[in-house]
Amino acid sequence: MIGEASSAKVHGLHLGIVALLLVLNFILPDYHQSLLSRILVLSVFAMGYNLLFGYVGLLSLGHAMFFSAGLYGAGLAVAHLGWSVPAAFAGGLVCGALLSLVIGVLALRTIGVAFMIVTMMFSQAFFLTILYFAAWTGGDQGVVVPQAGRILHLGALSFDLVDPTVRFIAALVLFSICLFVTTAIIRSRHGRVLVAIRENEERTRMLGYDIFANKLAAVVVSGTICAAAGAAYALLFGYVGSNFASIQYSILPLLWVLLGGAATTLGPLVGTLVMYYVIDITSFYTSAYLLIVGVFLILLVLFFPKGILGTIRQRWLGWLP
Amino acid sequence: MKPLLTTKTLSRDFGGLRAVDNVDFSLMPGEIRAIIGPNGAGKTTFVSLVCGRIEPSAGTVAFDGADITRLPAHRRVRLGIAYTFQVTSIFAGLSAYDNVVLPVQRTLGDGRGKGAVRAATMDALDRVGLAQRAATPAGQLAYGHQRLLEVAMGLALKPRLLILDEPTQGLSDAEIDSFIPLVRGIAKDATVLIIEHNMQVVMELAHRITVFNAGKILAEGTPEQIRGNEAVQDAYLGTAHG
Repeated sequence: MIGEASSAKVHGLHLGIVALLLVLNFILPDYHQSLLSRILVLSVFAMGYNLLFGYVGLLSLGHAMFFSAGLYGAGLAVAHLGWSVPAAFAGGLVCGALLSLVIGVLALRTIGVAFMIVTMMFSQAFFLTILYFAAWTGGDQGVVVPQAGRILHLGALSFDLVDPTVRFIAALVLFSICLFVTTAIIRSRHGRVLVAIRENEERTRMLGYDIFANKLAAVVVSGTICAAAGAAYALLFGYVGSNFASIQYSILPLLWVLLGGAATTLGPLVGTLVMYYVIDITSFYTSAYLLIVGVFLILLVLFFPKGILGTIRQRWLGWLP
Repeated sequence: MKPLLTTKTLSRDFGGLRAVDNVDFSLMPGEIRAIIGPNGAGKTTFVSLVCGRIEPSAGTVAFDGADITRLPAHRRVRLGIAYTFQVTSIFAGLSAYDNVVLPVQRTLGDGRGKGAVRAATMDALDRVGLAQRAATPAGQLAYGHQRLLEVAMGLALKPRLLILDEPTQGLSDAEIDSFIPLVRGIAKDATVLIIEHNMQVVMELAHRITVFNAGKILAEGTPEQIRGNEAVQDAYLGTAHG
């Protein structure tokens, strides 16, 4: 039961996290400020993934294609067509929404392992398509988005997204919007139905809910959020590359979400943050850092089987969103 | 009066097995109808065809005069056909309250306040006697209470036809005693189709009884007629006679 008291706590926590991140922008050294902006954008990717995986229980291995749809949609629109930042960002969102609609209609005919394989196949096909059209996409070299095109004009104001502080704030704004939107979705009636589908699909159907329509809506919202992350990545970091469409970038959001806690609102941020910093810190000391990362992940699975926030919620803080 | 539910030559094959075989069946509004029969007689398959969980191999299903044979299950639920599962099927990880909110929020539709949803949910829980346990995770409820939670979810759908598939299975005698008036109460607003093995429940509740055997309707009639039917005794009750 979602009580009114816990509702205030949840919004308070989210606002607190956003405020904390804002403060960090002003006190972090340059290197960490830049790393954290990247983490914020990628945790939006993880949030989109979490919506489908955590709340609906659909394990996709193809979300790299949704991220890349936004990445290429926005990046190429600036690089080749000279679109403005807002238009390119919207273009990236539209690419992601359309792609996830088509993929959803096709892939949702399957469930379980078949769904994983089908989404992975589509994603690989998307990856190969990017390599095939190298004339526009730059193939495996990728495309650098020109700095001149990465200036956001809002009325009389203009923001240069190359500037580290502007970039951080832009990433934080996107993160906050997505955090607010996903929280609103999962606490809505539709969100309740999504969780019901995860818990017991047949029972949900026999309560009169159209399972396919609800799942499809979730795939499209999830894909569009991931595309928003991709579009922001292209515009903020100025690089569009095919490795973002590779299988690795389909598995990473799964890993981040599992690490932070599936079906928690802040798990995607925590998972992405922890993963990035564990790699960052260990790789400073040794070239065998992946070994340490592996050991770290095993320890987490042993002691935090539901992810960091998932386990904290289960053991100590039941109200955690 | 027109029947609420009619099936014509309804059949379903599983491989070589004809689980439901040419069943013509009709149910009048307001009725409490019991379906009895030995294990494997096709009772659950028959009601699954009615509520759309499985598709028929042949034949038609009509509800309130309209052919619903090709309608997907969730659309049939929206027409007012509710089904409670034979094997308890609840949302174990959610609270009892959240289990019942799901059907309530759909039947109430949008444009109603949170208060209306809460009131309707608590009302359904109250009718089955689970109001005190609203906050308990459904998976932690006693088995009998889980069965009642299923019934509450069915009630919350405000069905015109409520199909109960062996609802008293695993309930204690005391629970069964309070279950009978509950079903009578439901039948004031809805037609009830109940698959039941407990003969005391069947005889007390049912207006009419349909007996299934080997996928066919063996007999149909009032409890007295069925009690006196020799073919039924042979097939099902197993009592020697003559």
